[in-house]
Amino acid sequence: MSGVLVVCEHLSGEFADITFELLALANSLGAGDVSAVTFGSMAGKASELGSAACVIDAGCEDEYNPESYAAAVSTAVDAHSPDLILIGSTSMGMDIAAPVAAAHGLPLVAYCTTVEATNGGFACSSSLYGGKLGVSSQVSSPAVAMVLPGSCDGDAGRVAGSPAVNELAIPESAGKVRFNRLIEPEAGDVDITQSGVLVAIGRGIGSKDDIELVAELAELLDADLACSRPIVDAGWMEKSRQVGKSGFKVKPRVYIALGISGAPEHIEGMKNSATIIAINSDEDAPIFDVAHYGLTEDLFDVCEELVEELE
Amino acid sequence: MKIAVLLKMVPDLVEELEVDSTGKALDTEELKFKLNEFDDHALEEALLLGGEEDEVVALALEGEGNEKLLFTALAKGASRAVQLTGVQPGGSGEQATAFAAALAESSFDLILTGVQSVDDREGQLGPLLAARMGLPCVSVVTGVSVTDGGATVNKEYSGGVMAEFEVTLPAVLGIQSAQQPPRYAPVSKVRQMQQTATIESLTVGGAGGGAESEVTAMAPPEVGASAKMLDDAAALLEVLRGEGVA
Repeated sequence: MSGVLVVCEHLSGEFADITFELLALANSLGAGDVSAVTFGSMAGKASELGSAACVIDAGCEDEYNPESYAAAVSTAVDAHSPDLILIGSTSMGMDIAAPVAAAHGLPLVAYCTTVEATNGGFACSSSLYGGKLGVSSQVSSPAVAMVLPGSCDGDAGRVAGSPAVNELAIPESAGKVRFNRLIEPEAGDVDITQSGVLVAIGRGIGSKDDIELVAELAELLDADLACSRPIVDAGWMEKSRQVGKSGFKVKPRVYIALGISGAPEHIEGMKNSATIIAINSDEDAPIFDVAHYGLTEDLFDVCEELVEELE
Repeated sequence: MKIAVLLKMVPDLVEELEVDSTGKALDTEELKFKLNEFDDHALEEALLLGGEEDEVVALALEGEGNEKLLFTALAKGASRAVQLTGVQPGGSGEQATAFAAALAESSFDLILTGVQSVDDREGQLGPLLAARMGLPCVSVVTGVSVTDGGATVNKEYSGGVMAEFEVTLPAVLGIQSAQQPPRYAPVSKVRQMQQTATIESLTVGGAGGGAESEVTAMAPPEVGASAKMLDDAAALLEVLRGEGVA
């Protein structure tokens, strides 16, 4: 009747980084034993989850299913009554957290960057408003927290061991959501995960025609062009060039962010770049929190001047 | 087919965000609001799905700017617009409860909303709503096609990988992006709607949102090792040369 339940994520037979980040967080809380829920055949890799005291094998198909995975987590909560349920603030976590919280009448706090145990509950800090504000909340126990990827040190959770594996009897799924197939990304003309230098544009670019100037700069720097999500959604660049949560994780030698505000979803994809240079007219843009060098000027002025100098 | 789209105004992040004197909430005095961009995609996807026989109903909670928002939805092609009244503005949990009460009275096949918004600290509206209504839900959806009694949806994972699911209707979908960029409604057309069209009003009870958390503080994030700020493009060029890329 206590402890922390970590909802593990996997894709293509491997635990995702968020799994180890959540385990590291769970262990740092000092809030009792840590249990890890796995799905499909992933319980067979329980030895990778050595930082958990116990692994709950929730069954289900190997392929993620929003309905059956959420129902399985809910059953695990019934069986173990944890004080805290940690779920990734990820594509999968978004489907699971709300139904689990609703089924048990628990408070839910999303976009957490930190969670700490307090008297009778937990103190969470959420990154909201595109990363521009941190919002602290206090929740009573038990509670559900969705944790942003990259908030904790995954290496601390990557401990080999031999946790006990308990099989969970789960009810049959209602079958209203059925997995069809995985769709691999279409190969673009460039693989930005392999680029040494990236020049990335965001919403600040304003119009499709203005991409040309940035492309010119990229060519002079022998860099590849990349972008944040709004540029792809607007149909201005290919998905294969998108950096971030739903795009690609990149770590070039130099990452130059032009007109990118730095929402958590984007930061997740580029924060491991060796050198980050951000140019943004908004001095409060969160991108400056992860950048090594910053310049608060109009990106077109900067681009024009650089192009002129480099030519 | 009947499609509901839930729309919401959020603070425009281009504007400076200030915390009010309580230290726990945004100072809304100077704040500008705009349609949640993901809701715009949800509306676009609904309009793309809706044929002549279908009905696309835009819903929003009562609030500043929401009438214009609904007129804009009508100008873009929504069949009807409904404003929910009698609800205290609250977190996403309360919003979900209010929308659930409103939608329970109609038989929608599909309920679309933006996958997330910049202020949904209590979780995302789509899955919260689905949980209250007992409907299946898929989040982070980038494409929907309707088949007999169901929908085929693409859900985004990371690294450009997607998964295709079949979903039995009725269902709630959290839309990440529509299959084409959201259409634009000319100001003239929005004005015309304001003069000719009617926004329906629906009173929903002020039911609570269930278990909630309490905000204790709100502040700009603590910055670790922040960026070394450069003076001009010339200084930037120096840095680039130092990195060996210029």
